[in-house]
Amino acid sequence: MSASTIIFYIVSALVLVFGAMSVFTRKIFRAAIYLLFSLIGIAGIYILMNMDFIAALQVLIYVGGIIVLIIFSIFLTHQAGDKLPKPLFKRIVAGASMAAFGLIVVLGVFYKTAFKVTTEAGIDHSARSIGRQMLDYHHHGYVYPFEIVSFLLLAALVGCIVIAVKIQKK
Amino acid sequence: MEQVPLAHLLILSSALFFLGIYGFFTRRNMITMLMSVELILNSVNINFIAFNKYLFPNQLEGIFFTLFIIAVAAAEVSLAIAIIINLFRKFNTVDVEEVDTMKF
Repeated sequence: MSASTIIFYIVSALVLVFGAMSVFTRKIFRAAIYLLFSLIGIAGIYILMNMDFIAALQVLIYVGGIIVLIIFSIFLTHQAGDKLPKPLFKRIVAGASMAAFGLIVVLGVFYKTAFKVTTEAGIDHSARSIGRQMLDYHHHGYVYPFEIVSFLLLAALVGCIVIAVKIQKK
Repeated sequence: MEQVPLAHLLILSSALFFLGIYGFFTRRNMITMLMSVELILNSVNINFIAFNKYLFPNQLEGIFFTLFIIAVAAAEVSLAIAIIINLFRKFNTVDVEEVDTMKF
């Protein structure tokens, strides 16, 4: 086992533990902080897979944007330090059995499928080649979905303002 | 990183996915349900990146799917939080059970 393999197992254990704590804790602010650590661990897994650009985007958008937004909304809607109510026992049983059944089915499918893992080097995953293919409109480029996503982001921006604006009553 | 088998990455991502599923079905608070959806989306991203890295290293398609998922997730979270804040103004709660105006 090389050092990067050991680091991978440590980081993935951290991701799973913090994800589980984020799901099971009853204090909502702590759930957000545990989710933050889990997302940082996922960025570490991307770095271990040599996907530097995706790791940078993960830290930038999820950790820097989405978690901050969630924490803001927690402060706007909750008293500091109050606990969430305990989930109903019937709901815990239903959710846990569904999750366990789905996990067994998915892992069974993975176990039966013979993936053809290739060990060839492949092309580089640098931001340069990603950007070149994304903005290309001849050779399997992705400029059309790129434009659609930019339009979607604009629509979401306007929609957020329209939904969350406070209408002044005269 | 070539030593880690693909199966271990898949086990990690599917465990994270079903943690998110469990949280989504047991929580009744809208913000924590949103956090569970984030966990689900991130596990799918890990799967896309792992398949791109191990099975098709000559292409970049998995990276593009991940990029678009991240963009759509950002839009989705911002809209969801706008809706949650609006509902909190109207009902003074973020519990999904108590927001039942449109229930028939």
